[in-house]
Amino acid sequence: MSDQIKKALLEYTTRLGDDAVVLGHRISEWVSYGPFLEEDIAYGNVALDYIGRARMFYTYAAELANDGRDEDDFAYMRNDREYHNLLLLELPKGDFAYSQIRQLFADAYYTLVLPQLLHSKDERLAAIAAKGIKETKYHLRRSRDWVLRLGGGTDESHQRAQKALDQLWGYTHEMFDMDETEQLLADAGIGVDVSTLRDEWLAIVTEIVTNATLSVPEDSWAVRGGRIGYHTENLGHMLTEMQIVHRSHPGCKW
Amino acid sequence: MDEEYYQRLQQRNAADVKMLWDLLDTVKDPEVPALSIWDLGILRDIQREGDRVVVIITPTYSGCPAMDNISTDVIQCLNDHGYADVVVKLSLSPAWSSEWMSPEGRIKLRQYGIAPPEDAELDADGLTPEAHAACPHCGSRHTRRVSEFGSTACKALFQCDDCGEPFDYFKKI
Ligand SMILES: [Zn+2]
Repeated sequence: MSDQIKKALLEYTTRLGDDAVVLGHRISEWVSYGPFLEEDIAYGNVALDYIGRARMFYTYAAELANDGRDEDDFAYMRNDREYHNLLLLELPKGDFAYSQIRQLFADAYYTLVLPQLLHSKDERLAAIAAKGIKETKYHLRRSRDWVLRLGGGTDESHQRAQKALDQLWGYTHEMFDMDETEQLLADAGIGVDVSTLRDEWLAIVTEIVTNATLSVPEDSWAVRGGRIGYHTENLGHMLTEMQIVHRSHPGCKW
Repeated sequence: MDEEYYQRLQQRNAADVKMLWDLLDTVKDPEVPALSIWDLGILRDIQREGDRVVVIITPTYSGCPAMDNISTDVIQCLNDHGYADVVVKLSLSPAWSSEWMSPEGRIKLRQYGIAPPEDAELDADGLTPEAHAACPHCGSRHTRRVSEFGSTACKALFQCDDCGEPFDYFKKI
C-alpha cells in the first residue's frame, strides 16, 4: 500500500468513526426524554449501534495511525476542528420530529453506503460494514415508521416534521460530496463513491416523505465544511459534554 | 438443525482442544444468563499457540456492551483452570448471525421467557413482523410487536393478548 493511500485510509476511517460517534451521541441525548418507554429504549439501542460502529472504526484508525493512540484518544482527545464528521449529524437534537427526520436522512444514506463498503478491498472496512448493514435495516424501518406517523398525525406533528425537513435539507448535500482523499480511495476500490448515491437516496427519501403527506424541499441552499473541520458552533458544545469525564480523569478505569 | 450451526458443531467436534470448548460452556452471556457463549454463537474459535490460548469471539451487535464482560469472564474461567496465558480476540467477519445459536440455546431461551428467532414468521423485508410471534409464556400467536427494540439491541418487545404478558423476541439477523 502506498503512503498516500495509507494516509487517505486513516483519514477516511476516522471520518466514518466521527460520523458514527457524533450521531450516536446526539441520539443518546434522547435517553430518558423519549415520548414513551419503549421508544426511549429503542432510541438507546440505535445510539448503541452507532457508538459500537464508531468504536470499530476508531480501533482500526488507531491501528493504522500506529502512534500509541487508542480508540478513546480518537473519541475524547481531539478538538472540534480535528473532527471531520458530516454537519448534519452534529446539529442539536431539536424536537422529536427534527431528530427523526435527521435519522431518516442518515438511515437511508447508510442503507446505500454500507452495502458498497462491504465490497471494499480493505477487509476491515468490509467487515465493519457487514455488521452495520443488518442493523441499518432495522434503523430505517423505525425512522420510516416515525416519519409516516408524524406526517400523517396531528396538524402539529405534521407541521413540525415539515419544518424539520426544510431546516435540515440544506445539510444533506454534503453527504454526497467527494474530495481528493475519498476519490483516491474510491479509485483504489477501498472507499465508496458517495457522489453516485444521491439519486437512489433521493428516491428512498421522496417515497417516504411523500407517503407521509409531507413535501420534499427544493435544493435552494447548502452548507458544507464538516469534512475539513469547519463546523457549526454545535459540535464544540457537544464535545465539551462528551469529553469532559475522560479529560478530567485521564486514564481512569472502573 | 441449521446448516450454519451444523458447521459450528463440526468445528467444535474436530477441535484438538475439545476440553477448552467444554470449559467455556460455563461462560454465560451477562444479558441472557440462560445462554452460554457457545449457545449464543459468539464463541467462534479456540486456538493453542504454545502455552497461550487464543479465544476468538464475535459481537452480536456493533454496540453490544457485554463483550468486555465476556472477555473478562473467558480469561477468568481459563485462568481458574490453570491456563495463565489467555488472549481474547474480537472477530467482526463473518458478521454474527442468529442462525449460529444452538438448538439447546433456543429451548433455554424460550424457558427463560424470550421467544427465539424461529418463533416468528418474518415479514416481506425479512425483518421482525408486526404480530404473531409465539408467546414464550403461553404459546399463543395472538401477540403484537410493541417496539422494534427491546431491553437490548438483539431483541424486540412483544405483548401477548391472551395471557397479557409482555415478552422479548430475539431478532433474526
Ligand atoms: Zn401469552
